[in-house]
Amino acid sequence: MAIAIALILLAGGSILFYFLSPWQLTPLASNWGAIDQTITITFLVTGAVFLAVTLFMVVALIRYRDRGQRRAHYEPENKRLELWLTGITTVGIAALLAPGLFVWGAFVSVPDDAHEVEVVGQQWHWSFRFPGEDGEFGRARNGLMDESNPYGIDPGDPRGEDDVLVNEPHLQLPVGRPVKMLLRSKDVLHNFKVAPFRAKMDAVPGQTTYFWFTPSRTGEFEAVCAELCGIAHFAMRGRVEVVEPERFDAWLAEQPTYGELVERGPGDPEAGQEHFAACVACHGPQGGGQQATNAPRLAGLDADYLKRQLRNFRSGARGEQEADRFGQQMRPFAQSLQDSQAIRDLAAHVETLPVEPTRATIVGDLRRGEVLYRSCASCHGDDGTGRNAHKAPRLAGMDDWYLVRQLHHFREGIRGRHPRDVYGNQMVDMAQVLVDDAAVRDVVAYIGTLAGDGEVLASSNNDTEE
Amino acid sequence: MAEREYDASRYAPPAEVEEMELPHARGFISKYVWSQDAKVIAIQYGLTATAIGLVALVLSLLMRLQLGFPNSLSLLDPGSYLQFMTMHGMIMVVYLLTAIFLGGFGNYLIPLMCGARDMAFPYLNMLSYWVYLVSVLILVAGFFVADGSTGAGWTLYPPQAISPGTPGIDAGIVLMLVSLAVFIVGFTMGGLNYVVTVLQARTRGLTLMRLPLTIWGIFMATVMALLAFPALFVAVLMMLMDRLVGTSFFMPEMFAAEGGTEHQGGSPLLFQHLFWFFGHPEVYIVALPAFGIVSDLIATHARKNIFGYRMMVWAIIIIGALSFVVWAHHMYVSGMSPYFGFLFATTTLIIAVPTAIKVYNWVLTLWQGNIRFTVPMLFAIGFLFTFLNGGLSGLFLGNVTVDVPLSDTYFVVGHFHMVMAVAPILVIFGAIYHWYPKITGRLLDDTLGKIHFWVTFLGTYAIFYPMHFIGLEGVPRRYYAFGETTFISDSVQALNAGITVAAFIVAFAQLLFLFNLAWSLRHGRESGPNPWQATTLEWQTPHTPPRHGNFGEELPVVYRWPYDYSVPGVKADFIPQNVPPQAVEREPDAGRGGDA
Repeated sequence: MAIAIALILLAGGSILFYFLSPWQLTPLASNWGAIDQTITITFLVTGAVFLAVTLFMVVALIRYRDRGQRRAHYEPENKRLELWLTGITTVGIAALLAPGLFVWGAFVSVPDDAHEVEVVGQQWHWSFRFPGEDGEFGRARNGLMDESNPYGIDPGDPRGEDDVLVNEPHLQLPVGRPVKMLLRSKDVLHNFKVAPFRAKMDAVPGQTTYFWFTPSRTGEFEAVCAELCGIAHFAMRGRVEVVEPERFDAWLAEQPTYGELVERGPGDPEAGQEHFAACVACHGPQGGGQQATNAPRLAGLDADYLKRQLRNFRSGARGEQEADRFGQQMRPFAQSLQDSQAIRDLAAHVETLPVEPTRATIVGDLRRGEVLYRSCASCHGDDGTGRNAHKAPRLAGMDDWYLVRQLHHFREGIRGRHPRDVYGNQMVDMAQVLVDDAAVRDVVAYIGTLAGDGEVLASSNNDTEE
Repeated sequence: MAEREYDASRYAPPAEVEEMELPHARGFISKYVWSQDAKVIAIQYGLTATAIGLVALVLSLLMRLQLGFPNSLSLLDPGSYLQFMTMHGMIMVVYLLTAIFLGGFGNYLIPLMCGARDMAFPYLNMLSYWVYLVSVLILVAGFFVADGSTGAGWTLYPPQAISPGTPGIDAGIVLMLVSLAVFIVGFTMGGLNYVVTVLQARTRGLTLMRLPLTIWGIFMATVMALLAFPALFVAVLMMLMDRLVGTSFFMPEMFAAEGGTEHQGGSPLLFQHLFWFFGHPEVYIVALPAFGIVSDLIATHARKNIFGYRMMVWAIIIIGALSFVVWAHHMYVSGMSPYFGFLFATTTLIIAVPTAIKVYNWVLTLWQGNIRFTVPMLFAIGFLFTFLNGGLSGLFLGNVTVDVPLSDTYFVVGHFHMVMAVAPILVIFGAIYHWYPKITGRLLDDTLGKIHFWVTFLGTYAIFYPMHFIGLEGVPRRYYAFGETTFISDSVQALNAGITVAAFIVAFAQLLFLFNLAWSLRHGRESGPNPWQATTLEWQTPHTPPRHGNFGEELPVVYRWPYDYSVPGVKADFIPQNVPPQAVEREPDAGRGGDA
């Protein structure tokens, strides 16, 4: 008896939950309303069956419970009833399948007027490529990839010259225009998912996959990775901004082409030396860092990271929060650099500075730090020298007091929360792993023991082991 | 009734095998350790599977802790979250569910329900268990190696399973792959044995269409496993070679941040096809024994014949066959040719028809029954409701279009836990409450059993039902934390905390169950040979628990199907399968009948 009542309550509660639940499909932002409709149809049909079967069961349980007075009815088979039930079920299933297949027909037929965007997945971010004026992508493959050619574009393929590269996880798309997303992966499986677009697909290394949709309204949408891709899977985010076509065209025109990047080459360290003069007061003559001025060591950082941070300071993606006092101080200096050429040159100059050891100031539990560092190692490297491909800067040999402050900032969202600080966003997620202040100290103390580049750090390995 | 003469051959065709010689135990070791008695082997399988299953349960609690109360334990970093998740999934699906249904219930019930002395090959049967144990130990070793167990997800998709960025790519993944290979070797020994026993060692009169559905379910599942596991076996070997000797079966050319890529030209999708060619039938390898067992639980405790027996048998066979042509519905968004979607959505939805028929027949069996709300019956009803729910949500995911937004979300997590985790586990519990008296001679405690049922049934529903809805919102699965994802509502965190609390309560109820198992062994009420008044042969043994050889001097002869409950005109409301027609006691005023 109790079970019959429980089943009624559960079935009723389940149906009610469907209507009252705060968790529903995200508001649609693409042409795939038909997918939502098939979901609704499926809910209706399955909900009805769910209710009907449960109620039948409930009635049976109540009416035919053992009361010691009667016997069960002996009826091995009832062919007619069984045929009827089979028939009705078949019809119901067909009613679900038919609209599904119909919509799938549309899903696999990419419209002729769709423009193409290549999505490149890698551990743990996205980048994008547009075919450029010729409308064709240059050949590309993973074997050709290196730090100067992150897309692996074949230099011998003339179609690649004008390919437009968006080497950050931030994409713009024009509203109302069908787009075919071509997916590629540098390393493992990924899946480019923007929930309000409904469509998604895995990116598989060694092949190109695709899906298409038409963005139906402007706005900013978050992209996530929907196929397990390693420890930072949950932090692999991106943004898709759907804009008016004019804005999209202007944005696209700002992005560099592959040809331009090759031509531009790296920055000029000599020209960068002049710009560096403004930095020495705080960061020291050789960029070695000064704790007194709260300025971290710069020497040893890769140009890519420096450029990105300078741009972030300039645009306000970093150092805009009041709590980040020293970040705020950096902003006017970054803004004094006239253009992106100046930033490139400066970064190139910093790369030439000699890397001097820093002094350890933090004491922590090295063993615990080593365990905690496992989460960092996937991007920053086991040796802490940083991995340009992961957009992860060098940690080994950097000022430990600076690392502690930045980890606190990430944890508390003082740094990395800004929507344009895309890799900072990731650090906000990852820094949550450090559950308390001790954990921050422990991991930084452990980083202090990583020499990096085979240099031997002079100081304090022993001091920190207590 | 001995004076009434009858000719058994009129009712029972001759048996297909002669009496067999049994390797009787000569001491404690050969009786309980190196035992060749299927019943002891069954217990060994059951205890090992339960032990490793408890490990997986603890892992799930650790995951729930992170999801419900993020970053409250520093032990839980993203890497260990993935490791726990992987081990939880693999253990539950392969080392617990597959092993306990086939190795546990299969071993115990096949010889008894078939009226056989033992399995056809007792020595091979023993070997099968010990190989299984070795595979479990290799798996567990993964927890203790330097880089820990693999964190590749239970699907072990390459390249990620053996590429940097995933925990356990040094020793962890190798141990996992070797353990799976060993498991499959062990299973094949057992599986061939089960199939041969069912086909060859049935007692006189026990035709295939007189087999209890339990045996049909286990038999068909074993046949499927023998056909499906080889696909996993080759996939495992190929990945081992990719990992250890640098072949490129599954490994394409990749960019490696650490410099240099050694692989070229392999296909990650090939692995997925092989994996799911095993993986989908695997769902039914777990489900079919559950289907079979629950049919017998319902019939026995509702005192009614199972409705549409022949249809049930054919549904088992058709589901088994169809389950080999639906595998790519796990791969709709994998990047395989999207045109496959048409084919696999169609086959997948077709399989819903025989499955629905089974559900109808179960509830129709309840109709006009005489339902006793025993603990096994409660679990059977819990199964019906849970399976109904999980089966229906499968109609979302099987329909390719609907699957696109829902795949890789919590909708999937909710669905497969309902349909292939909670539903079969409820049947396992029901079956243990049902057969424990045969195994030990004592009943499990009823009150504890009812508490166990209610907490488990309601608790698991509270855990998994709401997950479908956050999946609808798009919350992705296999996420260590959700950060500040814009499309995920804040209330998801509150829900996750609630689910975690429910998970801990459910886990606690399992301790009660374990206590009940241990306590009732000595203190349980004595059950007698047939406490549920059931018809099948295992309840008709001369001794309870049955001795080695099961049936005393002479094997039983079977005269009827296993569902002669409440036959009109017969005094008792059940007629055991081995009671000859002449021996059935009839109501004085009733005519003949019921000897169908």
